[in-house]
Amino acid sequence: MTGQAYNFAYLDEQTKRMIRRALLKALAIPGYQVPFASREMPMPYGWGTGGVQVTAACLTPDDRLKVIDQGADDTTNAVSIRRFFQRTAGVETTEATSEATVIQTRHRIPETPLTEGQILVYQVPIPEPLRFLEPRETETRKMHELEEYGLMHVKLYEDIARHGEIATSYAYPVRVGGRYVMDPSPIPKFDNPKLGGNPAIQLFGAGREARIYALPPYSDVVSLDFEDHPFTPSKTDHECDLCGAGDSYLDEVITDDRGARMFVCSDTDFCASRQAQGHRGRLAPQGDTP
Amino acid sequence: MTLMPNAITAAPLLSVRGLTRRYGARIGCADVSFDLYPGEVLGIVGESGSGKSTLLSCLAGLQPPDQGKILFDGTDVLTLPEAERRRLLRGDWAYVHQNPRDGLRMGVSAGGNVGERLMAVGARNYGAIRATATDWLGRVEIAADRIDDRPSAFSGGMQQRLQIARNLVTGPRLVFMDEPTGGLDVSVQARLLDLLRGLVRDLGLSVVIVTHDLAVVRLLADRLMVMKSGRVVETGLTDQVLDDPQHAYTQLLVSSVLQV
Repeated sequence: MTGQAYNFAYLDEQTKRMIRRALLKALAIPGYQVPFASREMPMPYGWGTGGVQVTAACLTPDDRLKVIDQGADDTTNAVSIRRFFQRTAGVETTEATSEATVIQTRHRIPETPLTEGQILVYQVPIPEPLRFLEPRETETRKMHELEEYGLMHVKLYEDIARHGEIATSYAYPVRVGGRYVMDPSPIPKFDNPKLGGNPAIQLFGAGREARIYALPPYSDVVSLDFEDHPFTPSKTDHECDLCGAGDSYLDEVITDDRGARMFVCSDTDFCASRQAQGHRGRLAPQGDTP
Repeated sequence: MTLMPNAITAAPLLSVRGLTRRYGARIGCADVSFDLYPGEVLGIVGESGSGKSTLLSCLAGLQPPDQGKILFDGTDVLTLPEAERRRLLRGDWAYVHQNPRDGLRMGVSAGGNVGERLMAVGARNYGAIRATATDWLGRVEIAADRIDDRPSAFSGGMQQRLQIARNLVTGPRLVFMDEPTGGLDVSVQARLLDLLRGLVRDLGLSVVIVTHDLAVVRLLADRLMVMKSGRVVETGLTDQVLDDPQHAYTQLLVSSVLQV
């Protein structure tokens, strides 16, 4: 099938208009979950239907799109969403963070700092940070309305009481602009400091839950914590075995059945560009080109 | 006389006028009026279905009354914005449920349960929250080493004491109790009553306590309100009502108590 069979970026113009209205409202009230009329997309829920709709509403023919899944450009989810927009929108795609104008992501913020004019679109499974503490939607809405966020700290209290530290390591709740508590989607808490003061526009789309929320550029974002147990962004205490980076978020890869393992950057573009600059890790191939 | 001396001169803490709640054509409670003074314990007794619990949940703002006025410390509670009303509920007021499962978070540890109200009013220091929780567990006679256990691992009496600690930790001025000793065996009841009496006296709490157990109000309450079919049939000082009941229904109620 060719791209001509679809409207630009798959969704019809009225739907994109509806999503853009939700996006504008979300940007006007940072951290607030705006309901929107989420559409059926040609992929299962949980595969990024929310993010895809937001991306579709943002794309223009001049955009350059990058899609990452857990930081990688070459995993199934990333490849299929990238190809989806190549076919339906015909936009250019790239793997380089700095060259992209729109980046759709699942579970990571790229290591390369984002710049003004870029849009980062998150895929969100469960937008409500209070959901596992309070199952009733009517009640959680009321709690947001009245800023009753004590319950969020009960969860962190339980973490410390049980594990001696705040053990929540992903989807770590943040407070936006001193007002709304927000779930930053399941990004590792290592990425939380990049949410605040970011020059790029950050948009969050939850397809199944039909919610959109957003962080405008340079938002004030604070990770929740206790005075005597402050928030710490954590990562594996190791260096990347391919590019030698000591400051990037690492994946652990098991390499045989006798317990051997290696640590590699989860951000493949960051790792590849470092290797291209000549950086080498412990297990990197020793040839001229990686 | 068990009436607190300051209760006579001070302004009422809670003032209720003409409170009515209907369930369709039926009456939940009708035309209830009373004043509760600081440091005073008011018992509401009556048989099942007499409107005690309806009255209590209207007072505590858990359901809206159809008519009437509730003044707390001079402010009309029913016209308060919801944010203010909910702030009252987790600060100045406390509500002890009959079934501790309704008042506790069963999936959260004892310490977390006690700390929740503290965190809801802005406490953000883990060490301080934990110290306060430990202190309160001690006051309700729960061993400090049970602080990280979930309430589901507690006995019924412990759960009820935990619920009381959780409610009193923010130092409320007004406590609503719905059959706090219901479902507990007599020896546990006795200890709980003892504990409650101590806490009420030490903290100078004002309490509205609903029960069908006359022994409970004899021990705890300064004043008594007897309800039947949704209406108040008799009010007075506890000892006066129990020793010299005037209304036929009160006489029946008092004479129905089994003597051991």
